[in-house]
Amino acid sequence: MLLPLAILIPLAGAWLPAVLSRTLGIDPARTTAAMVAVALAIVLSQSGMVLEGGTLVQSWPWMPALGLNASFRLDGFGLLFALLILVIGLLVVVYARYYLSPDDSQERFFGLLLLFMGAMLGIVLSENLLLLATFWELTSLSSFLLIGFWRHEPEARRGARLALMVTGAGGLALLAGVLLLGHVVGSYELTQVLASGAQIKAHPLYELILVLVLLGAFTKSAQFPFHFWLPHAMAAPTPVSAYLHSATMVKAGIFLLGRLFPALAGTEIWFFVVSGVGLTTQLFASYVALFRHDLKGLLAYSTVSHLGLITLLFGLGTPLGEIAAVFHIINHAVFKASLFMAAGIVDHETGTRDMRRLSGLARFMPWTAALATIAAGAMAGVPLLNGFLSKEMFFAESFQVQWLGSWYWLMPVAATLSGIFTVAYSTRFVHDVFFGPPPQGLPKTPHEPPRWMKVPVEVLVALCLLVGLMPAITIDPLLRAAATAVLQAPLPEFSLKLWHGFNLPLLMSVVAFAGGVLVYFARRYHFDLHGYQARRVDGRALSEIAVARTVRGARWLVERVANGSLQRYVLLLVLAALVLGLTGARGLVLSGPVAMTPPDALAVLLTVALVLTAIAVTVLHARRLLAVVLIGVVGLVVSLAFVRFSAPDLALTQLLVEIVTVILLLLAMYFLPAETPQDSTALRRGRDALIAVAGGGAVAALAWALLTRPLDTIAWYYLENAKPAGGGYNVVNVILVDFRGFDTLGEITVLGIAAVGIVALLQGLKLDAPGVDQAGRPWAAERYPLMLRVLSRPLLPLALLVSAYLFLRGHNAPGGGFIAGLVTGTAIILQYVAYGSEWARERLPWSYSNVIAVGLLVATLTGIASWVFDAPFLTSTFGYVDWPVVGQFELASAMAFDLGIYLAVVGVVLVIIGRLGGLSGPGSRAAGPRGDQ
Amino acid sequence: MEALVAIAIGVLTAAGLYLMLRARTFPVLLGLTLLSYAVNLFLFASGRLVVASAPLTDQGLERYPDPVPQALVLTAIVIGFGMTALLVVVALRALRETGSDHVDGGQR
Amino acid sequence: MLPLLLPLATGSLLLLTSRFAEGVRRAIGFAATLALLPIALLLMSQVADGSHVVYALGEWQPPFGIVLVADRLSALMLLLTAIVALASQVYAGDGQDTAGPQFQALFQFQLLGINGAFLTGDLFNLFVFFEVLLIAFYTLLLHGLGPQRVGAAVHVVVLNLIGSALFLFAVGTLYGVTGTLNLADLARVIPQLDADAAPLARSGALLLLGVFALKAALLPLGFWLPRSYAAAFGATAALFAVLTKVGVYAILRVFPLAFGPEAGELAGVASPWVLPAALATLAFGALGVLAARALREAAGWLVVYSVGTLLVAIGLFSEAGYAAAVYYTAHSTLVSAALFLLADVVARQRRAGGDRLDVVDSMPQAGLLGSLFFVAAVAMAGLPPLTGFVGKIMILDAARDSGLAVVTWSVLLVAALVVIVALARAGSALFWRIADESSAHPVRPRVPLRVLAPIGLLLASVVAMVAWGGSVTAYAWSTAAQLARPSAYVEAVLGTAADDRRSLR
Repeated sequence: MLLPLAILIPLAGAWLPAVLSRTLGIDPARTTAAMVAVALAIVLSQSGMVLEGGTLVQSWPWMPALGLNASFRLDGFGLLFALLILVIGLLVVVYARYYLSPDDSQERFFGLLLLFMGAMLGIVLSENLLLLATFWELTSLSSFLLIGFWRHEPEARRGARLALMVTGAGGLALLAGVLLLGHVVGSYELTQVLASGAQIKAHPLYELILVLVLLGAFTKSAQFPFHFWLPHAMAAPTPVSAYLHSATMVKAGIFLLGRLFPALAGTEIWFFVVSGVGLTTQLFASYVALFRHDLKGLLAYSTVSHLGLITLLFGLGTPLGEIAAVFHIINHAVFKASLFMAAGIVDHETGTRDMRRLSGLARFMPWTAALATIAAGAMAGVPLLNGFLSKEMFFAESFQVQWLGSWYWLMPVAATLSGIFTVAYSTRFVHDVFFGPPPQGLPKTPHEPPRWMKVPVEVLVALCLLVGLMPAITIDPLLRAAATAVLQAPLPEFSLKLWHGFNLPLLMSVVAFAGGVLVYFARRYHFDLHGYQARRVDGRALSEIAVARTVRGARWLVERVANGSLQRYVLLLVLAALVLGLTGARGLVLSGPVAMTPPDALAVLLTVALVLTAIAVTVLHARRLLAVVLIGVVGLVVSLAFVRFSAPDLALTQLLVEIVTVILLLLAMYFLPAETPQDSTALRRGRDALIAVAGGGAVAALAWALLTRPLDTIAWYYLENAKPAGGGYNVVNVILVDFRGFDTLGEITVLGIAAVGIVALLQGLKLDAPGVDQAGRPWAAERYPLMLRVLSRPLLPLALLVSAYLFLRGHNAPGGGFIAGLVTGTAIILQYVAYGSEWARERLPWSYSNVIAVGLLVATLTGIASWVFDAPFLTSTFGYVDWPVVGQFELASAMAFDLGIYLAVVGVVLVIIGRLGGLSGPGSRAAGPRGDQ
Repeated sequence: MEALVAIAIGVLTAAGLYLMLRARTFPVLLGLTLLSYAVNLFLFASGRLVVASAPLTDQGLERYPDPVPQALVLTAIVIGFGMTALLVVVALRALRETGSDHVDGGQR
Repeated sequence: MLPLLLPLATGSLLLLTSRFAEGVRRAIGFAATLALLPIALLLMSQVADGSHVVYALGEWQPPFGIVLVADRLSALMLLLTAIVALASQVYAGDGQDTAGPQFQALFQFQLLGINGAFLTGDLFNLFVFFEVLLIAFYTLLLHGLGPQRVGAAVHVVVLNLIGSALFLFAVGTLYGVTGTLNLADLARVIPQLDADAAPLARSGALLLLGVFALKAALLPLGFWLPRSYAAAFGATAALFAVLTKVGVYAILRVFPLAFGPEAGELAGVASPWVLPAALATLAFGALGVLAARALREAAGWLVVYSVGTLLVAIGLFSEAGYAAAVYYTAHSTLVSAALFLLADVVARQRRAGGDRLDVVDSMPQAGLLGSLFFVAAVAMAGLPPLTGFVGKIMILDAARDSGLAVVTWSVLLVAALVVIVALARAGSALFWRIADESSAHPVRPRVPLRVLAPIGLLLASVVAMVAWGGSVTAYAWSTAAQLARPSAYVEAVLGTAADDRRSLR
């Protein structure tokens, strides 16, 4: 349980500093330091057996379905990194405490730092590759937040976004690689993966996997050509640069190379890709570093080049090369962190990092100068310092390349060359800043920093010396453990000695030093190094242009395609339906076996009428009144069709709905602008017509195909059981209120909602009614026509009677709640038309939406009632009663349900027409001609 | 008979689609109405056609029409009515809010 | 049954009590919504063992009466709906519900429609509930009125009315061929169709697919979504995050069941269509997020993006694909709801500029909102350790063996990167580029708890989906197993009774 704790403490405890400082006023730095110390203690407590070469694996199932388990692993390699992360982390915390200015939020800073620390520990302690990928992305995220710590600075924001984009992309590639790797191996657990190297390298997917994984590693470790994000990450506070962007996070890529070394390394492609990239990066970066004027810029590129060196060493694929790589990881972390801190001190005390302005600081801060010089020496590889040892190993190893054949000399030469540059920029770092004449016009007068700002540097420099002087005692055990863990095999013989005698590597070092110093001073005198301006184009500029272009492109595309034109969307929908329907019907034999029922003259006549009117509507739709009338005709014919094809209920309903719809359309026509402007071109209309005809044809064909085929349906059941089980002869009605009563419940709910929505929409809606129609004829001034008055008054009770009758017989003969409701509704509407909404509202005071609600409730409760007889919802029962006039008829519980429907429908009709009718309000019909609106 | 119905459905659909592709709310309303007629007929026809009968089991008819589609169509008609009503009012409101009866509001 | 009756009764009641004080109505609505949570959990526990809960309305035996069927999938959807509904109801309680009449009632009806669609086992009844949820959707979208909303409503209404027409064409065709409406019965009849009738049924099935795609906002039918969702109130937009999932659910319910591998002539009728369309949707959605100029707009496109991702998983029509889809559905519903609420808060907090993605002025509690947004964005962008990451892994895993593996993987990963970049830009523009908060102008009131709590609830459930990832993924897999073997569903609904089908003639 201990290992995960080491990760969880910083990860889950990231909020602790903030809370404690707000509640108890404890300095966030102290809290953080304490937590780091605890984590460190945990790791150390486990380190014993690991140093003896053991591997500690602790595993819990998390998402076994995915193969993602919470399994952790502590071996030499992981231990090495964990120590780096925690020790340097501790020092960074101390340093940052004094580096940050009062108006930076320390709480936020240390919280994020802990978050990152936890994620980073997660990477190095994961046994499960998916888990590793998870933590991998987490480090990208936390680094995004840390780079953007000074969020008010555009540089910081841009740097942060850039870093996230590059490392995020790498992370995705890595994820893909890991998924494939797990697929090949059959498990994401490292133990299995590392054991099945041969199988992986033999697999057809090997190349793909390798490329994907390497993409992840290279982006993270800022290898060429993905290096460009790192220098811009320097916009972060210096402690962050020292910690994430030199000591730990950028090493994650390297770590991955080491971690998967047994699984992926040792092939030709591995050698050429990895060492090739490493070499290029090292040379290129060490050269560029020389020309940076910003201290942190120089250090950033130097970091890139050292990462390149390590990558190259792993790329060689030889055991000794791998040992050198691991060794250099340690050394680089130590001296580069101290150098960054030193640079931070300089920045902090002088207010600038520009080497063209700095000089001769040794006078003001001798101690810092001394520390920085030693660290720089280690970076350059001066003997007696740790950097020297790993560099010698590298030089020695550069001769052991097997793949290059007659080009074997390339590697040593390149190595020496990069050595020269390294020495040169190290010299510049020291000489420009600390020596020479005293500086002029600095923002601050420099002096030694506060005590505790130096301590971390001192510790690190001390490490440089100790390792450099007595490697055998200090570092040897850890190095061996780590190297073994990487290799997963016994190590070859090697010894960490200062003095290997006179040999080629030593010679190369000498050349490097002489050359480096020469280059620096020679350049210094021959042409003005300080005058040199870095080239304008850099990775960030390019990538930002790329992003900007993409955004512009995306906007262009999106706004062209999703242009907010309903006509286009409708067109797309219709086309999609057409395509789907037609492809679905491929191989369809149009007419089936069933013979047609013979057509009669009437039917033909009606059809012709229907077709003609439909076409007429389409053509004349601009003449709105006519169009509405024609629509009415169409509806009429349709309901006649229902009569003809033995659907009396349908016919009645269609007829009544028709009336109401026409009233609606008339109202719409009355208020909407009278003329239909011609806004679509002839071409477009042609296109639409074509599509419409195609659609119609398709539907007609479908209908025809259906009608000419036999059908075996569930209908028999309803016909048989309507009377015995449902208590009604009118099967349709029984289906509506009983068999499928639930549909009907939903249906009247729809009506109810529609009514509510309409009420909402009409709130405060006053439309000026046109005084005249299209032709300029004034609307009748007389508001309530006499004829109607006379007729409608007696009509109402009659209509109510009729609807009651329809309602009661509904269960057995055409009729029922819905139809009755419509009749009542329209009858009342008639009163409106005759007497005006005010008049009617006085006589029908109650709120219509309440009528609807009551209707809904009645229906619902009827359904619930059946629970009393613990039957399911809507179970019906019925009994017979004798009733005068109507005669013997049965009273089904479904009737109550039907009553609900009746009420709802009446309410809805009243709301819709009533409210709309009252829309224009009294007198507004007398409004003047359209002109003066 | 079947042919006639099929033709009618097709024509109604075509007319409806064409009108729904117009740019003003009123023709769209008309189109919607026509389309719903077509749909109702189609749904009804999916139960095949039976002439001179009724789904009334007390009539002792020898052949009954399929009552299920009739019930479905009834429901569909009602729902369609509710939707049409809402659309009418939405169109009026849109006229008020955007000052235009273009389906995309005043923009174009 | 309760998940339907409760909102129905409450809704009608709320209609009646329109004269009551708003507080009372809120309380009623809240209570009803809250009650859905335990109900959903109860149902989930009932079906967790893989059984189906079948409820025959009116005691009419299927396929003749309407049945409600609950299995793992529908139970999960109910639970999601309940959570999101609760969040958006509480959020709306902060004043958005009084911007127009009858919000509470409409809210309940919306829930009725959604839950009904998730539970019904009958094709036409599905249509009815679609209409219920649609008309509630229109009215909620119109809630508060204003040009944007009304304009968006015109589009939504017209498009969906055509959609409904298509639905009826499809229903008619299927009934005209199979003579039944019950989904299980369809699944039983369709394999027995003779080669002569099969094309008709296929045509109907594909029309159905088109309808569901429109609801799910699958491109090219999804362009209406971003604008209309951005126009709606935060609270309602959050609820709408569930609506698209209804379309997804319908595809996931109907096609594996009735047109699955056993469907003979019609086996896998949808497979050639869904995956390509989904990939296009995914890509275009990502671009839309990148192109968005305001956070709400971005959230709208994120919905499109996640629907695309989701349907990629479904489009594989494999058990692994279903599992990924189920998990991702839960994830994307919760996260997009949270994002809509957040966007709304941001728009309220920034004095000028609303949720536009550019620097305007200080925003109180930028830190708090920023971190909330960060969590949501991480989840949405599929970054670890949150649900999007898990879902992405599941989908990639499922897609590995498909024919289009390479395309799918590349599109998924590249689109993910695009979304990461877009969200990084949006986040840094909104929460980093702000004038220092001690500037002169009067500071806005702090965000009240009832606004933050819902967002917290949603994000918390997202985190829970990872923390208990083991059991959640397990549930997803067992759900997928159920979907992949529909015979159990048919058995549960029809038993062996309904085989005595006699002819009408």
